[in-house]
Amino acid sequence: MSKLTVAMPKGRIFEEAVELLRKAGLDIPPEFEDSRRLIIPVDEIGMDFILAKPTDVPTYVEYGVADIGVVGKDVLLEEERDVYELLDLKISYCRLSVAGLANWQPTDSPRVATKYPKVASKYFREKGAQVEVIKLNGSIELAPMIGLADRIVDIVSTGRTLKENGLVELEEIMPITSRLIANRVSYRMKSEAIDYVVEKFASVIPS
Amino acid sequence: MTKPLGFEKPLGMRDYLPDLLWKQRQIEEKLHRCMLHWGYQEILTPTLEYYDTVGEASATHDSKLFKLLDKQGRTLVLRPDVTAPIARVASSLLKDEPRPLRLMYNTNVFRAQEKEAGRNAEFTQAGVELIGDPSVEADAEVIALAVACLKEAGLEEFKIAIGHVGFIEGLLEEVVPEKSDRDQLKERLHNSDYVGFRQDIEALNISEDEKQRLRGILKLRGGATRLEDAEALTINGRARRAVRNLKELWAALQAYDVTDYVMFDLNLLSSLNYYTGILFEGYAANQGFPICGGGRYDDLFKQFGMDNPSTGFAIKMDRLIQSSDLQPTQEKKTIYIRFDQETRNLALKRAMLLRKEAIVVTGIGEPSQAFDQIIDFRGGHEDV
Repeated sequence: MSKLTVAMPKGRIFEEAVELLRKAGLDIPPEFEDSRRLIIPVDEIGMDFILAKPTDVPTYVEYGVADIGVVGKDVLLEEERDVYELLDLKISYCRLSVAGLANWQPTDSPRVATKYPKVASKYFREKGAQVEVIKLNGSIELAPMIGLADRIVDIVSTGRTLKENGLVELEEIMPITSRLIANRVSYRMKSEAIDYVVEKFASVIPS
Repeated sequence: MTKPLGFEKPLGMRDYLPDLLWKQRQIEEKLHRCMLHWGYQEILTPTLEYYDTVGEASATHDSKLFKLLDKQGRTLVLRPDVTAPIARVASSLLKDEPRPLRLMYNTNVFRAQEKEAGRNAEFTQAGVELIGDPSVEADAEVIALAVACLKEAGLEEFKIAIGHVGFIEGLLEEVVPEKSDRDQLKERLHNSDYVGFRQDIEALNISEDEKQRLRGILKLRGGATRLEDAEALTINGRARRAVRNLKELWAALQAYDVTDYVMFDLNLLSSLNYYTGILFEGYAANQGFPICGGGRYDDLFKQFGMDNPSTGFAIKMDRLIQSSDLQPTQEKKTIYIRFDQETRNLALKRAMLLRKEAIVVTGIGEPSQAFDQIIDFRGGHEDV
């Protein structure tokens, strides 16, 4: 079977995806997670793992420098890359939500701060609301607290960060899980190896 | 808006430097000869076309068209593909030529890009159109020719994935009663969103058996045995006809001896929506984007007032060149002739003679690059 290059985000998604692969019986060495290297070859299963920033995973896969990848649906929606979305791995559950201060009231000039400007714009547009979207790169919760925006669109998993900063979830946009994606060419040129990974994952995904 | 610096180019525009262009020209020549020997004649259409004719007929998204205005204020487009202009010519200047008509081209096309590097806004396409032949033999010929061209261009490892527009549409018509649901499912396949496709199936109000059939679509990728699986999913009508069509194609491709390079993928839907039957996409190892694409377009000519079922393909030259293992060859001997005022006549005459066989550069100074041979005429005597 052809060797596969797999792009994964560092952190929680990576850990949960590796755990799934182990559960599916793939022989991944235990010292794997502790590594600080950016490219980790795992010859036992014929895969090279690339550890990337989450938003870059679909880029690597679209350009074909990685054959497959694991990435959150939130990132896929925002990045709009031409990749195959093969499986819902049902890991790293969270939701994309609109949040604001507890006493939030509709305003004449609504402003929304977010890491996901495309998703946020589309969501409000489809609701028939015109809002000004401000792109931020982190600590989105700050925006309503210091008056940069009246609401935010962000990932919520437990809601603890929101709560600790005096924010409440106003609307849920959609639930988010991690997805297995594949490059358009690899999906055909390395179909055997990719189908094998898909089957392995599929056998352990909780339904 | 900042003023561009001297070295900058518009987004997606490229310079072709000598080494790369030399490789491209050699490959273009091989493709040209290959297509010529299959009976295709070369055609060239204008860079600018009317938005209302070719722009409309082209399947390129409006946002990707380069548009400009002529002096009368009519909208023009930079040719976004070659199939639509050829359809225009074939249904006007060549409308009385006997069918089938075999035409080929090698020219640049323009598609505006929004995103970063790797996607050219101007690129060369080489391809063929087989016009006025509705038979599966025509589809097979075009696919076999695409394989021949890619081999000729020095590709070792590549695959052509073949699908059929009629299969997906036919099967969806069989199973899903609502048009809006069908459109949504098609959109999911179009966007390669298999997760969304499966989620939508679950939400449909149809029997579990029918859901199972729809889910089966996603497994139809591989060799000829997939056609049996595909047939088992269909009951009658359009989808079954599509599978039969593909089986006939397979038999013809076996006769062409190209089946090693071919696989089926019945989920394949092109971004170009003018395809009406068999369609295909080519992939090379170590190249993240498809290298060629093509298929049957039986309705395009109707926009130009003719009924001409046709098929064809286009190869993306920039990607082919990246993937080709062909080493550009420099067969001719290179000679530098150095002269001075007194020996100029003699030297330039000699150069003209030698140019019949060799690449000859003349000059009064030191040669600026390496040559196989240097002939020095200075001082009145020839010093080799």
